[in-house]
Amino acid sequence: MKLFKRHNNVLPGFGITLGFTIFYLSVIVLIPLSALVFRTMGLTWGEFISTVTAPRVMASYKVTFGAALIAALINAVFGVLVAWVLVRYKFPGRKIVDALVDLPFALPTAVAGITLATIYSSNGWVGRYLEPLGIKIAFTPLGITLAMTFIGLPFVVRTVQPVIEEIEVELEEAAVCLGANRWQTLTRVIFPMLFPSILTGFALSFARGVGEYGSIIFIAGNMPMVSEITPLLIITKLEQFDYRGATAIACVMLLISFLMLLVVNLLQKWSRRYAD
Amino acid sequence: MSIEIENVNKQFGTFKALSNVSLAIPSGELVALLGPSGCGKTTLLRIVAGLEYADSGRILFNGEDTTQSHVRERRVGFVFQHYALFRHMTVFDNVAFGLTVRPKATRPSKQDIREKVMKLLQLVQLENMATRYPAQLSGGQRQRIALARALAVEPQVLLLDEPFGALDAQVRAELRRWLRRLHDEIHVTSVFVTHDQEEALEVADRIVVMNKGKIEQVGTPDQVYENPATSFVLNFLGSVNMFHGRMSQGKAQLSGLQVHSNGYAGADDTPAVAYVRSHDIEIDRSQIDNSSIKAEIKNILKLGPTVRISLLIEGNSEFVEAELTRDKFQQLDLKHGEHVYVHPRQVRVFVDDFQI
Repeated sequence: MKLFKRHNNVLPGFGITLGFTIFYLSVIVLIPLSALVFRTMGLTWGEFISTVTAPRVMASYKVTFGAALIAALINAVFGVLVAWVLVRYKFPGRKIVDALVDLPFALPTAVAGITLATIYSSNGWVGRYLEPLGIKIAFTPLGITLAMTFIGLPFVVRTVQPVIEEIEVELEEAAVCLGANRWQTLTRVIFPMLFPSILTGFALSFARGVGEYGSIIFIAGNMPMVSEITPLLIITKLEQFDYRGATAIACVMLLISFLMLLVVNLLQKWSRRYAD
Repeated sequence: MSIEIENVNKQFGTFKALSNVSLAIPSGELVALLGPSGCGKTTLLRIVAGLEYADSGRILFNGEDTTQSHVRERRVGFVFQHYALFRHMTVFDNVAFGLTVRPKATRPSKQDIREKVMKLLQLVQLENMATRYPAQLSGGQRQRIALARALAVEPQVLLLDEPFGALDAQVRAELRRWLRRLHDEIHVTSVFVTHDQEEALEVADRIVVMNKGKIEQVGTPDQVYENPATSFVLNFLGSVNMFHGRMSQGKAQLSGLQVHSNGYAGADDTPAVAYVRSHDIEIDRSQIDNSSIKAEIKNILKLGPTVRISLLIEGNSEFVEAELTRDKFQQLDLKHGEHVYVHPRQVRVFVDDFQI
């Protein structure tokens, strides 16, 4: 019995490419991840539960996922705005702004962290003006959100930008001819077409935020129960040679991240139901 | 609803898209703007719609100046060449769009919208496609939905920009016949842009032939075909043979044939061009009169019902194209390389751009 139907495709080797894809994903993603799970197996169920639900760990989940969620939401709004401006308007320096968007990709995260911490600390360029207003950014969860927003921005911009480029002006013209005003055109015609890509950008930005370590530890202050992120907790456990504890927490992070990405993917599929 | 276009000019950078165009479109007519690409026909349509603004000149709807009014207020139905359907909406929602975006005060009830949309879908014969998405429809179906969507807002004017341009030949022919019937049913003043002369001749009540940002001729399909005002119009409608020659003493002396042309009695020794439509060239084995020219058959192309024959005029390096019906061709039993006589039935001579 043939497992797969033969396709007469221009690109040869369905078998070879699928085989390679699985092999590659195994080496790069699956094997390291399963090692993580195996390592955790050293713990009994009770130990596992008590490790991953310890109050300090629970607080770190809240900080990490909460901040990443808020950062991704902020990026989803302002990233779309940036992408829109870059595609729709021609202004001097557009190319430079376009290049600036990628900077968070390229910058070593530690550099970003130090820079942000310097600027937003109570005697920094921006921080000194915010301090009298009662807004403290550096060394608080707010700072964590800020760092995550910084590193997540390019993900939204770069996923939404090509989709905005593809929206034909004719669709907007059609909407206007039918009597729609700017707001209706935006919310009923343009936004629904951007929505799937915004979701993708949101998911990527969120995932990046959850996994971020380098830039955050400089700005977070790392106070247990307040501004300590889960990746830092894992590092701390590793430094104390508590490998199994570290991997247990890592497993939980992995699970939550996976579930959230899955939900976003399903949402995205639903939002693109018209395409097939 | 009549449309008047008065002295409209439009320039894009250094390119003059429209120069001083004036046109009156009577209420309830189906008018074709016909011309080669880049002649300004689409620009003119978009200016009428309000999607583009004229540099100078006026647009009047029913005698009322609408030059400055916004697209939204003009109540025009616009159909785009590439349909411009909202792909994230079902067919139903696409057609309903124009009704659902109305302000609350004038928006029909959900039930009314439903009835109206279903009626329109019936009109375009796609009532069982209401729940589909545009991606699931064929090109012809999409364009019909686009038309239904434009009609939903009860436009005063229907404007179609190369509505069949993206469709294949058969669907195209079918759809234009359907558009003609539809127009006979609903009688909304309609203007459509096309570069396909056959389409314009078949569908339109009146044809506006445009070239290089100017109107060459306005008339019924018969008028523009039978009495082309300029050599451009003649050239553009149907395939034509050109004979270059000179005008002298009221006679055009052309390669091998002489034509009396009284209109140019005064013109002496000026260059002239004579045009003969391919299907106005007769082929005979013998000489009928002194307007017959001896020629050699160089090529025979059978194109379904018609046969196109290329002939080389004797003592001359000019080619002539003749179109015969298949019947006639079989009757004559013409062969490649054969020497025959060609006889132009109807010759039109133009000196510069004046007609006889």
